[in-house]
Amino acid sequence: MKWGLAAFLTIATVILVGIAWLQSGGLQHHEMLAAATPEEAVRALMSQIQSHNFQQAFASLDPSSDMDLASFVREMAGSDGSLRTYSSLQSADVSPLHADRDQAVVRVRMNWSSALGSIDDVWDLHVRRDGSVWRVVWPKPAFSTVPPQVVAVNYLQWNVIGRNISQNWGAQDVDSPKVRITSMNAISRPGRVVILGEVENEDTVPAYLNVNATLLKADGSPLEEEGSFDLISHVLLPKQVSPYRIDFPGVRMDAVKSVRMDARALLVPASADPVIAVSDQALSKDGLNRNVLKGELVNESGRPVNIAQVLAAYYDDLGKVIWVSDGYVDQALMPQVPVPFAVDIPDDIAGRLKNYRVTVNHYSQVSN
Amino acid sequence: MTRSLRSRIALGRCLIIVAALWALPGLARAAGLSLPAVVDAGQAFTIPLEGSGQATFYLLGPDHVAKRTVSLGSDLRILSKDVRTAGRYQVILCGSSSSCTSATFEVKAAQPEQLSFFLHPSRVPVSTPDSIDATAFVFDQYFNLVLTPSAVDFQVTPANGAGFSRRVSAQHGVAWMRMDSTPHEGRVQVAAVLGKVEEARVIQQVAAEACGLRMKAMPNGNTVTLETDPVRDCSGNALPDGTVVSFTKVDKKGKSTVDTPIKKGVARVQFSLHGPAQISIACGVVLGNEVALNGKL
Repeated sequence: MKWGLAAFLTIATVILVGIAWLQSGGLQHHEMLAAATPEEAVRALMSQIQSHNFQQAFASLDPSSDMDLASFVREMAGSDGSLRTYSSLQSADVSPLHADRDQAVVRVRMNWSSALGSIDDVWDLHVRRDGSVWRVVWPKPAFSTVPPQVVAVNYLQWNVIGRNISQNWGAQDVDSPKVRITSMNAISRPGRVVILGEVENEDTVPAYLNVNATLLKADGSPLEEEGSFDLISHVLLPKQVSPYRIDFPGVRMDAVKSVRMDARALLVPASADPVIAVSDQALSKDGLNRNVLKGELVNESGRPVNIAQVLAAYYDDLGKVIWVSDGYVDQALMPQVPVPFAVDIPDDIAGRLKNYRVTVNHYSQVSN
Repeated sequence: MTRSLRSRIALGRCLIIVAALWALPGLARAAGLSLPAVVDAGQAFTIPLEGSGQATFYLLGPDHVAKRTVSLGSDLRILSKDVRTAGRYQVILCGSSSSCTSATFEVKAAQPEQLSFFLHPSRVPVSTPDSIDATAFVFDQYFNLVLTPSAVDFQVTPANGAGFSRRVSAQHGVAWMRMDSTPHEGRVQVAAVLGKVEEARVIQQVAAEACGLRMKAMPNGNTVTLETDPVRDCSGNALPDGTVVSFTKVDKKGKSTVDTPIKKGVARVQFSLHGPAQISIACGVVLGNEVALNGKL
């Protein structure tokens, strides 16, 4: 009886220690230290990043990786209120590209789950044999910094004083901004109908804008109504033009007789700052051989932009908008620092497009 | 006598009684109440009451009901506050014998004393035909719409240039006019005047679309600074600061765009150069000139 109890306690202790070891990532750590193939090394590293065990992930990197822990954490966990700080690694697909006895290149497709939807990130990682294990050589992140300086910002800001509600009927008020839909195109896509085009703020004051579309049947009754949601620049400064796209999933084009458009604008306080330049835009292919529009965003202001969204409108040879795509940038835009972006282009659109235009939506935590 | 015949006779009697009840007030009015057919809003008046004893008086108006006990054989005074709202009123007088008499009268709006003035829009591009609507509603002191014709003067005073006035007769309480915006930006005051009453509103005339948009290039090493001429519309008015101007550069590294707001009348931007470049400019849907740079700056 006495020995039985002792044996039971010993076995229970061993089981509990084993569970604790598994929960603390011991298995991944073991896999990482014992990665017998390049793919295993990358998978184990991704598993650690997914668990936010950045210290262990960093410890498993090849010593030739020219970086420090802080830079690694900054790159993987995000900083400065960027979209990456609101994201977590959902999955990572690993596929070998090239391997020899001591070196290998492994492609990893990271899928980040963010507050604004999922974001794909494709990296080609070099992996090196270190004795009996393989270790990832992490590319040195290029964090650009600007020298300390004072950036004078004197762009215009608009404030609104509305009508006092206690005043009589007919008292003076300020009108909503005038906006105009300058183009509209209805196209059929697999499994949906898409309405897209451009809208301009024709007024001399900023506008907060929403574009809605109602699909009408042959008898004039409404079939479906949708808004542009985040595929538009909602705040438009005077004479600014934004693309918009409205998706109608599950609707077939042959059921639509006509479309009723509605652009509603509100007068809102706004600032002309920051100005974000979009430089070096070019059509290209990404690591997965998809058509993308690549470029760099440069925040020309003196304060960080935490989250930026790229909106791209594509035109055919007649100047008609044939597609609008968007993409969020998961790095914060620090002043004067170029940040790369890429937005997808469907293959059939890429073959027809003759021109494109990129605009940027931005969100900053600190407002004036 | 069949059941159906009896029920028809009963129905006929009921109809006669109902008709008599409806006719009775009319007969009583003719006999007992003497009222003015029309009175002005807020104007007190009296109703002479014949007979003797006590009676209950009811006044039913468009917005309120009054009930009072009155002495027959004296004058009943209708107070000013009881007839402030224009519309049709009914007077009912019920005596002790439970018989009632009634009569109606009309209260019409008093003299014009208030204006509600709508000027639309609050901002308008210069030189736009029929773009300004001015509408004045004429009310008396109790905010009854004055339906009788009255003359409203619309006095227009631009910031620059001579003002003018236009007299419009209000019809059914509404006077309105439509006019063009003038070629010069700035505030325009429009006042609606009716006798001693004046209501003023301000409309902001703003620059129209950009016209003759031009930029010049100032090279400096590997960069070029582009600056517009003062951005004006076709009437020579400066577009307001904050208006967005789009610069687009195309060179061997691809396309670069900057949407920058006008500051102190001009828009300015700086691009780095990578060989020959073509630079264009636009403001809204208006295109400007193009600049070709050979990359040897």
